[in-house]
Amino acid sequence: MEETIFDAGCEGNRRMHAELQRRRFLQTTAGTSSLLLTGLAERLARAAERQPEQRPKSLLFLWLQGGPSQLETFDPHPGSYIGGDVKAIATSVPGLEIAENLPATAEQMHLATLIRSVVSKEGDHERATYHLKTGWRPDPTVVHPAIGSIVCHQSSDNLEIPRHISINAGQWPPRGGYLGPSLDAFQTGDPQNPIPNFTAPADEPRMSRRLGPLLSAIETEFQRGRLRDLDRKRTLHQTATQEAVSMMNSSQLAAFDISQEGASTRTQFGNSSFGRGCLAAIRLLEAGVRCVEVELNGWDSHINNHELQKGRTQILDPALAATLKELERRQLLEHTIVVCGGEFGRTPLHNPAGGRDHWPHGFSMLLAGGKFRRGHVHGETAANPDRSIFDGKRYETLDPGSLTEGIITVPDLHATLLAALGIDPAEERMTPIGRPLRWSDGQVQASLMQHS
Amino acid sequence: MNTRKSNWIRRFAKPLLMLAVGLTCLSIVAATLRRRPDINQQRIATGTITDPEFESVYREVNEQLATAAAEAGLTLAPSADNLQIARRLSIALVGSGLSLEEVRALQLQAKDQQVSWWTDYLLQDRRWADYFAERFARAFVGVDEGPFILFRRRKFRLWLADQFEQGMPYDEIVRQMLSSDGLWTDTPQVNFVTATIQEDRRADPIRLAGRTSRVLLGQRIDCLQCHDDFLGELNFGSTLEPIDGTQQHFHALAAFFSGAALPEAVFQGIREDERPYAFKFLGEEQEQLVTPEVPFQPDLLPAQGKPRERLATWVTHSNNRAFSRAMVNRVWALMFSRPLVEPVDSIPLDLSVIEGGGGAVLELLAEDFAKHGFDLRRLIRLIAHTDAFRRSSRADFDVTPQHEAYWAVFPLTQLRPEQVAGSVFQANMLTAIDESSSIFTQLKSYGELQDFLKRFGDRGEDEFNADAVTIQQRLIMMNGKMVKERTGIDLVNNSSSRIAALVSDNQQAIQLMYLATLNRAPSQQEMETYTDYLQDKQDQQRSRAMGDIFWSLINSTEFSWNH
Repeated sequence: MEETIFDAGCEGNRRMHAELQRRRFLQTTAGTSSLLLTGLAERLARAAERQPEQRPKSLLFLWLQGGPSQLETFDPHPGSYIGGDVKAIATSVPGLEIAENLPATAEQMHLATLIRSVVSKEGDHERATYHLKTGWRPDPTVVHPAIGSIVCHQSSDNLEIPRHISINAGQWPPRGGYLGPSLDAFQTGDPQNPIPNFTAPADEPRMSRRLGPLLSAIETEFQRGRLRDLDRKRTLHQTATQEAVSMMNSSQLAAFDISQEGASTRTQFGNSSFGRGCLAAIRLLEAGVRCVEVELNGWDSHINNHELQKGRTQILDPALAATLKELERRQLLEHTIVVCGGEFGRTPLHNPAGGRDHWPHGFSMLLAGGKFRRGHVHGETAANPDRSIFDGKRYETLDPGSLTEGIITVPDLHATLLAALGIDPAEERMTPIGRPLRWSDGQVQASLMQHS
Repeated sequence: MNTRKSNWIRRFAKPLLMLAVGLTCLSIVAATLRRRPDINQQRIATGTITDPEFESVYREVNEQLATAAAEAGLTLAPSADNLQIARRLSIALVGSGLSLEEVRALQLQAKDQQVSWWTDYLLQDRRWADYFAERFARAFVGVDEGPFILFRRRKFRLWLADQFEQGMPYDEIVRQMLSSDGLWTDTPQVNFVTATIQEDRRADPIRLAGRTSRVLLGQRIDCLQCHDDFLGELNFGSTLEPIDGTQQHFHALAAFFSGAALPEAVFQGIREDERPYAFKFLGEEQEQLVTPEVPFQPDLLPAQGKPRERLATWVTHSNNRAFSRAMVNRVWALMFSRPLVEPVDSIPLDLSVIEGGGGAVLELLAEDFAKHGFDLRRLIRLIAHTDAFRRSSRADFDVTPQHEAYWAVFPLTQLRPEQVAGSVFQANMLTAIDESSSIFTQLKSYGELQDFLKRFGDRGEDEFNADAVTIQQRLIMMNGKMVKERTGIDLVNNSSSRIAALVSDNQQAIQLMYLATLNRAPSQQEMETYTDYLQDKQDQQRSRAMGDIFWSLINSTEFSWNH
């Protein structure tokens, strides 16, 4: 846990954030936006100047939407009646075996902590995704922030590009929730395509006229007779427009451009939008972005589970392995918390269509970076569970501990991630509904950390 | 024989196929170019405005708010002009500004009749029923896709829209939602219950109790699910005789839903069985059976009947004022984008604790709502008739947030994403996009709206929690596909191109673009700026310049804020 962040306190961070925002606003409105155009190189140089312990932690969430099967990825049970056709292979951690579908990842497992005992209380995609991304079960009275939004809320910097980014954003991208939409993840697609909505619809002289005299005439008229300091105190419309223009012109956008990486680096991530997303994510984290989510969907294998999971792991494997390797090579792993997993796992038993259904009662999640232990495995699922527990879904009435050992609940997972990111999960904040809420109500799992 | 047959096919099949393709193309073109009927100038509705009781209620509302503002030492803003009020109405009731065609139709009415005529016009438009149904569906069943197969959100929304259009009283709508049995497809109102169906095929009493109390009664009691109210925020009594909220209150309400389940043959739909409700209260070792009870006004609860039917009768009882108030507060919020009492679903039972006249106004409108058969259209007309709704959002005195809090000026609120998108589409079609538009226009508009909402960020259930605009939203409005296409040269889809082609006089063209986008005339300063910009520009160059002006109009603060 990073004592320094806790000592600084939430209020201090907010004041600093407000001050930076104010300065930025004044700089921008004074027409000196060029002052803000620090390049990626400068940013990187500044980052390099920092002492390692001063560098804030960032989060890389490799989100596997749809529910990857633990049995075909990180928790195979070959030879068991639940194991299916997948075999297990050795990894770089003595005694640890994972599914044969992940050969490249197997070679990097010495960098990671593997949890095989995550338990969720949600078995529906949308609700479970909310649960995993926020650490809370859906509550109709309040929308909780995704973990990346909390990370961004609890820190500040002068970055010109978005600080919270979702690459290959799917149906339920991370949201700011009660912290406000300004902390929603910025959504973008395959990094080989241009960033959406960053290209001006007209040439520069026309855009200057649109943003200059043409827009000013309407804005001046609108402000007449209304609240004083309307834009700064209420709408922030013009401020956001100016920030958007700064962003469009920022040299920091180069962080999105993976063509600047060598061909050999690009190749190791695989020829997929997910792989390219992972490489872009590394560049963005290097540039100072605080949270990047990269999504790989299509894991919902109700039919023909084996083939479908195999197909997905062929995309996941090179990308995940290369991500861990590159972060380590660039000395970023110490400052980046990597999470890889989906909203739940899949049933031990196959259904009649050869598929596996939703299984929140014990699934896997890979963590790496920061103070997380390296080459560590936590928890265990039953290799040969009593067949009778599947009759009439009797497992739903059983103590979860009888199916999975060393349970880590989703709130526990979040509390642990927040602590690893230097944020006190027990810190309370007043929500818009007048109810104080902690960042997380789970328990930090210290046994996953190196110092324990 | 076979050779003769194949020759026949070769000879006639190709021309027949071509004829079929040609006819299909023609029908598409015809449908696209079909002239929509003109707006019916005579379409004026019910005449509630001449009802003396109607008049006395809105006058009383005006008086309450004026008195509260005066006591706070606040001056009231003057009335806004009719077109401005009509724009507010359109945004609130159909989710977009007025089309140029609608502006013209409005201007043909007698000035003192314009706002009432426009209110009635919109309330008879299917667009209103559809738009309000989506807003209420969000409150009733949320925006989640919900349980696969067993929940049909679209059917539920269409059912709601049909009831709104047909004028079914609100209490009857709610009674059916709470107590109906049946299949989610042919009895769409049961989707209120099936939205919470769990893996064991039973409805979730806890989620249903939470939603019922919040949306139907304006009581946020969700925290009582886990513990008693230790913050003193929930009072089921009065200020003088408080009754603190307890876990028992919540779970006794949940117990009404305990029997709602699907039988083994799920396609019989929701049925009521007699499963009792049991819960392990905080600090207790064992689960306890909980009897269905209501948290306040138990005298209104029938002693006999099926649990959900008893609950439905209690919730919708005309003396259960919480029910009427919850609806009034929500409709007020939809009209102003801000509720009378915030948050929209948390209204104290004892209204005397609310400052600024809001409590008294809520009570006046709730009384009228219950007394007049829970008539939603009447409630909307009443609110639209108040001075608060018709006041300007600007004044010649120093406007402060306090003026907005006391409704002394019309509050400035950010449009919701669907309102921004709807207004962009509408601004580009010189005629209204409604059910009389061609099916292709409607489909295109629907598809683009869904796409826009996904990227712009839908607010989900939390519709009244407005926040400042985000940079991503600004980027979408400045550079996004929809705006880019709408500001290029396109005689079919862009009003700026059509105005440029049809109107040679620059001043007149600018006037029309302002009416189509902001629903107002340009100020003198604005007119000078834009005529200067268009001066000496011809043909394509002029068309492009008009696109620039159009871009600036829809990228202004004014376009994205209700005012």
